[in-house]
Amino acid sequence: MTDTSTMSREAGKGDESMTGLEGFETDQLKGFLKEMLLYRRFEEKAEEAYAIGKIGGFCHLHIGQEAVALGFIGPLRKDDYVITAYRDHTQALAKGVEANAVMAELYGRDSGAVRGKGGSMHIFDVEKGFMGGHGIVGAQVPLAAGLGFAIKYREEDRICVCFMGDAAVNQGAFHEALNMAAIWKLPVLFVVENNEYGMGTAFSRVSALPVKERAAGLGVPAHHVNAQDILATWTLVEELVEKIRAGEGPQYVDARTYRFKGHSMSDPVSGTYRSKDEVESKVKQEDPISLLRDRLFDAELLTEDELAEMDREVRAVVDEAADFAEEAPFPAREELYTHVYSEVNEHGRLFFDGRDREGED
Amino acid sequence: MATKVHMEALSPTMEEGQIVQWLKGEGDEVSSGEVIAEIETDKATMELVARGDGVLLKILTQEGDTAPVGDVIAVIGSEDEDISDLVGDADGGAAPDDDEESADASKEDDEDPDDDAGEDPDEDADTKEDDASEDDDEDEASIPDPVKDLDRSDADEKKKEAKKEAKKDDGDETRVKASPVARRLAEEEGIDLASLEGSGPGGRIVKADVETAVREGPAEKDEPAKTPDRRAPDEEEYEDVPLSQMRKTIARRLVESIGPVPHFFLTIDVDMGRIVEARARINRQLEKDGLKVSYNDIVLKTTALALSRHPECNAHWGGDHIRRFNRVHLGVAVAIDDGLITPIVRDAERKGLVEIAQEVRELAGRAREKKLKPEEYTGASFSVSNLGMFGIEEFTAVINPPEAGILAVGAMEERAVVVDGEIVVRPRMKITMSCDHRVIDGAMGSAFLQTLKGILEEPLTAFV
Amino acid sequence: MQTITYREALNQALAEEMERDDTVFLMGEEVAEYDGAYKVSKGLLEKFGDRRVVDSPIAELGFAGLGVGAAMGGLRPVIEFMTFNFSILALDQVINSAAKTFYMTGGQLPVPMVFRGPTGAALQLSAQHSQACETWYVHAPGIKLVTPGTPADAKGLLKAAIRDNDPVAFMEGELLYNLKGEVPDVEDGDFVIPLGKADVKREGSDVSIITHGKMVHVALQAAKKLEKDGIDAEVLDLRSLRPLDVEAILATVHKTNRVVYLEEGWPYAGIGAQIAATIQEEAFDYLDAPILRVTQADVPMPYAKNLEQIAKPDADRVVRACNRVLYRNGSAD
Repeated sequence: MTDTSTMSREAGKGDESMTGLEGFETDQLKGFLKEMLLYRRFEEKAEEAYAIGKIGGFCHLHIGQEAVALGFIGPLRKDDYVITAYRDHTQALAKGVEANAVMAELYGRDSGAVRGKGGSMHIFDVEKGFMGGHGIVGAQVPLAAGLGFAIKYREEDRICVCFMGDAAVNQGAFHEALNMAAIWKLPVLFVVENNEYGMGTAFSRVSALPVKERAAGLGVPAHHVNAQDILATWTLVEELVEKIRAGEGPQYVDARTYRFKGHSMSDPVSGTYRSKDEVESKVKQEDPISLLRDRLFDAELLTEDELAEMDREVRAVVDEAADFAEEAPFPAREELYTHVYSEVNEHGRLFFDGRDREGED
Repeated sequence: MATKVHMEALSPTMEEGQIVQWLKGEGDEVSSGEVIAEIETDKATMELVARGDGVLLKILTQEGDTAPVGDVIAVIGSEDEDISDLVGDADGGAAPDDDEESADASKEDDEDPDDDAGEDPDEDADTKEDDASEDDDEDEASIPDPVKDLDRSDADEKKKEAKKEAKKDDGDETRVKASPVARRLAEEEGIDLASLEGSGPGGRIVKADVETAVREGPAEKDEPAKTPDRRAPDEEEYEDVPLSQMRKTIARRLVESIGPVPHFFLTIDVDMGRIVEARARINRQLEKDGLKVSYNDIVLKTTALALSRHPECNAHWGGDHIRRFNRVHLGVAVAIDDGLITPIVRDAERKGLVEIAQEVRELAGRAREKKLKPEEYTGASFSVSNLGMFGIEEFTAVINPPEAGILAVGAMEERAVVVDGEIVVRPRMKITMSCDHRVIDGAMGSAFLQTLKGILEEPLTAFV
Repeated sequence: MQTITYREALNQALAEEMERDDTVFLMGEEVAEYDGAYKVSKGLLEKFGDRRVVDSPIAELGFAGLGVGAAMGGLRPVIEFMTFNFSILALDQVINSAAKTFYMTGGQLPVPMVFRGPTGAALQLSAQHSQACETWYVHAPGIKLVTPGTPADAKGLLKAAIRDNDPVAFMEGELLYNLKGEVPDVEDGDFVIPLGKADVKREGSDVSIITHGKMVHVALQAAKKLEKDGIDAEVLDLRSLRPLDVEAILATVHKTNRVVYLEEGWPYAGIGAQIAATIQEEAFDYLDAPILRVTQADVPMPYAKNLEQIAKPDADRVVRACNRVLYRNGSAD
């Protein structure tokens, strides 16, 4: 993947005035584009693989929301934590998890990020600071507070970014966790990926207040950003991360975005809860990748050839990931009982332990 | 090159989909990513997108029709492309890979096309991995699905259980109620549960009942009714004689023995010349005391001696262990009116010949009167059965489990044999040992018999 | 040997482990300034400061989850539930996060932490404050469950639980906190009892009363009563329900052939059901009678004193159950 994070510190020296690209260098901007293109192509590959049965279970795609992943993770340091819900493929890529490892996990292979034990919803890479991949809506929010607590307790110089969907703000866990983060000034950036729908329910139908105002009563400073605009997002996140590192406590962002696909691979893109026209117009007008591409075209910082080359490169990465996953071995039978405390009865019959006891007596 | 449009798995549980509507018709241009049809899955109506650019050449599954996941439902290609091959494939119902098909041709032919159509996309995909696919199938068959696996073993258990029950009940409508531990003990002690009266609720036989029975012998009430010995009237072809408890026990235990105990047999021919002389001398000495030893007593004594030198034969099969005895408790088969019983000469290797002779006579006497206590006929480490007095030359005896061996002693008779190149007449006796192969191997049994033969043929070696 | 209360034993264990390992901290409602609702954490704030002894808001789901996150971040949290009754709010984080994370991460993230507090009934606290919570915690793999019944077990097992690399639910007894007992002296060194080892609290040969936690004392009372009838009961204290000491269970079954399981929880799919299943699977041929269970009545705990009395398992009921498995008449119910 393209290393965009190290470039962020160089921001502010650019000369692309008048185009809204101020503060960013050309290489960095191209890096953003390529990175988001990688996420897009990765998710498309996952979609294809799911369709032919290579990937099973639930599979939630991030297509349309790429700028959230890049904008909130790109400005972080390598040892900062990121924790998220089950729509987690591109956040993992953004935090530096290898595309091969993510794809192999989707394929349920031993070479996957969590050795085939978690699948699409539970990508983890502790070494890269990517703390998963959590399946219960809102449950990762107290976990993020705990990571923040541990950072503070151990006086570490790192922060934690916690993603959640808009539906999570209705969970008790969200309020309990933000409250504790506020009273103990925990170094956590809470990001609501507000794609307007919790599965098939419009947020406005289940909340009297907009997302941004839901944290107001808890004493966590709240912000709003158009998260289809990678540059605006990046700029805000840099600012908030700095505050958190300075010990000011948690921050909260209502990151407005839009999901171009169904809630999961088993859900329709549009239907009873949102119209086809709505989706089409959003795709046309608010694709974070097209928006950045057009700005770069307008500023004459990018040629069509360069874009095509970028696409070839990221497709090669994705294709390789799919090939890697395809060829990766399935976990061995013995893996059923590794990495867990479980009651394996020595006498063989109390619990099925995957071992053939016949003839051992 | 043409692109096949498959019925895709649009939900994790979808097995087939119905075409609600084709949004493109044959001849229409389509591009990759474009929605070409609406599919009704088990969850919702979903959109199917094209995965290639070109013209929708052929629609194979019509609106309202249903196709299993993985089936080719349409073909996209360049305008004048020949797709007859693909369409042919699709008619077969499946979506096999071209190169795979020839290899699998014979297999495909044998199969009902409907079977193919039912294949789920996983399997389809698997056929692409050449040799791996077979392994996968095997893996799948033995996948540790806790539910499935348990079911199977359960069923096996049940079958075994049912068999056991059938054997125990033998069609009897009333099952003997006994606690599990009582059943196990009764089996170990050779006690027929049906002969006991249970002291538990509803007459359940419990551990203590079995222990009492072992101490005191079977309850009186179960003795067969004493009927006058009367011949059946001549006109009857047969007479049904009710089974005594003892006959029942013998039957059960012998069946139990010859069934699960893997017997094998070793026969050895012994020259009894020296023993004949020795016995004559001994009996002359004993005459004044009014005592006498039999050949059988001598066989018992020498057997005990030989066993003490071969503890591997002086053993029990314990299911999960072999118990080797340090003492020789010799079971001596005694024929009695109603059957046979094997009273035990305990610590036989330590007892003198005369002591053994007296004890055997005493035990046999009480055995005929049915006055043996259970501990007098249970717990032998090895047994000897002698039918020599009936003129039986040689025979095989059935092991008395859990003992691992029994000697069958035949009649001693004068036979012509070759000694040092000359035919001479000698007193000879054949001994056949039945061995439980789980405990005693051929060589072990043979070594023991060699020792026994050595002592009988050269009694002085007893002192070596 | 020192003679101290169950409460003091827990306090010693916490203090010693916090002393030994800086990553151990205590969080829960009222644990710091108030010295703990049951005074288990008395003096710890003074000794270790508010960095390590932390009063939480009343938000069980939140602070249980925070504890899991802190464990993921390298700490060894001890999360106190004022009682396990309130932990039902936190079960999502206990089961879905604490118990599953090590597996779900393919072994990348162990969750070394303890959830502790009292379980079971006290006196006249009625339905929502009197329930045994073992079954809810014992069902899922990935989390251990310990139930000490004596001061010594409380100390030795809590120290082991804090050092364990898996999440451990540590269930105490509200009515045990004042119980005194002998505990090895602090000067005699580290006193740690490994998890998964049952303890024969009374040797006997006629019938086995198997139990755990607070009920150990009820079992011992029953054994005393049985002794007067000439019955020699063995009392086996499982101490830890996961891992389960199957060997010890089988040993006592082989010895007595008759079993009564005594527990404070409801009967339905309770701990006794699991133990009975284990015994019939592993020691069927050693049973002389069906296994009986003595449990709380299958009703929410009533408030009225007389009703509460009969809803709870007691020594007389255990005696009757023992007589029944011994097929003795007379005291049958």
